[in-house]
Amino acid sequence: MASQSLDIARRSATTTQPPNVRGDVPKVAKLIDISKCIGCKACQAACMEWNDYRDKVGTCNGTYNNPPDLDADQWTVMRFTEYEPEGGKLEWLIRKDGCMHCADPGCLKACPAPGAIVQYGNGIVDFHEEHCIGCGYCITGCPFDIPRLSKKDGKAYKCTLCSDRVAVGLEPACIKSCPTGALVFGTKDDMIHHAEGRIADLNSRGFAQAALYDPKGVGGTHVMYVLPHGDKPEIYDRLPKDPGISPWVSVWKGVTKPILGLGLGVIALGGFIHYVTKGPNEADDEDAKEDKHERR
Amino acid sequence: MHVTRRQFFKLCGASLGGSSIALLGFSPAQALADVRTFKLERTTETRNTCPYCSVSCGLIMYSLGDQAKNAKSSIIHIEGDPDHPVNRGTLCPKGAGLLDFVHSDSRLQYPEYRAPGAKSWQRLSWDEAFSRIARLVKDDRDKNFVAKNAAGATVNRWITTGFLAASASSNESGYLTHKVVRSLGILAFDNQARV
Repeated sequence: MASQSLDIARRSATTTQPPNVRGDVPKVAKLIDISKCIGCKACQAACMEWNDYRDKVGTCNGTYNNPPDLDADQWTVMRFTEYEPEGGKLEWLIRKDGCMHCADPGCLKACPAPGAIVQYGNGIVDFHEEHCIGCGYCITGCPFDIPRLSKKDGKAYKCTLCSDRVAVGLEPACIKSCPTGALVFGTKDDMIHHAEGRIADLNSRGFAQAALYDPKGVGGTHVMYVLPHGDKPEIYDRLPKDPGISPWVSVWKGVTKPILGLGLGVIALGGFIHYVTKGPNEADDEDAKEDKHERR
Repeated sequence: MHVTRRQFFKLCGASLGGSSIALLGFSPAQALADVRTFKLERTTETRNTCPYCSVSCGLIMYSLGDQAKNAKSSIIHIEGDPDHPVNRGTLCPKGAGLLDFVHSDSRLQYPEYRAPGAKSWQRLSWDEAFSRIARLVKDDRDKNFVAKNAAGATVNRWITTGFLAASASSNESGYLTHKVVRSLGILAFDNQARV
């Protein structure tokens, strides 16, 4: 069992109660200050080193995104956007994409494999690939399109927020590497406080709409952005303005599953009562004849 | 084993029912899970300086093994040194990817020599390499050293050879390198310290 700060708060496809006597541990958060990011990709390299994965060398898709997309072998990607605001200006927007570690994780809710996705007490959402059955429901459930199925082993992978480092009191690998201080890590309260200072600074520099991205539709996230154009998150390579878990996840897991379970129980009970009251169905002569015929 | 039609249907029904019940969550496991084991738990930490540019970021290299007699050490991870005043733990993508540089198949690990016009490199021992360098340096300096210029002023310069030193040197090795190179009369001298 991990240290108590990493008690399991939620576990996929599990109905038993997780341990919660030790009370609320501080929630952690990663803050990505887009206004300070220079797109150097040190975080990408540090992530690959710490988590021991190496993507294969790919091809250029006409942008600075390298590799072009997230993958089972690439848990974070810098997404570059050329944005033209009014007045003939050009802004080069760079967003570090990866798991947002939602407080209300759609992946965990959609996952049918017990224990394949867990949420720790500190808010980190982690995949345990040894329990993953490779169905890909987590991808459907994710409002940010983050998990990827590996072609090597058919299991889903994504950012762990370096749960193994955080468990021993270290910051995630990407945070440590960031040379401009665009990535910061700490308790969620501290990160919100830090963001307020950054937003005030951006406001004084002409970004009146600067805002913190901590979307309420998924209960807030443990990876937050400081967006200079906080009113238009979608310009940062399609960052959803109001993300939410697909209604199909709650229809299927919240309504259909209990009804089907109840139906199954009723059928089992009915069968049992029928067996007790009517007894087993004996084979009559005709069936026996048929069987004999088939045997020949 | 002989299975009648009736028994076959029974078997199918039972296995379908059983698997449905299991899939619907009626086989609860304990709510336990663990994080990946922290991989630096018992590694040896060694301080070093990044070999790339002249910023000279501080590094910590984490190696497997406790340096006991029968254990062969191997570097398994490299990170920025939080106590280093230059980078305070941060690294650029090149520095952050140093582990692959250390373990690269094409990393130069011994002196090699390619003769003029030759197509391939040949391996040399360090002694051969040092002797050859010393011989050529001495020959070139003997031939091209300028003690006095045309006006008769003492200049003691040697401008046909240059010297490249490493950015990652300490102050002490930088001082010594400077003294050795300047005392030979070399003017073209770059230690990449331009930040």
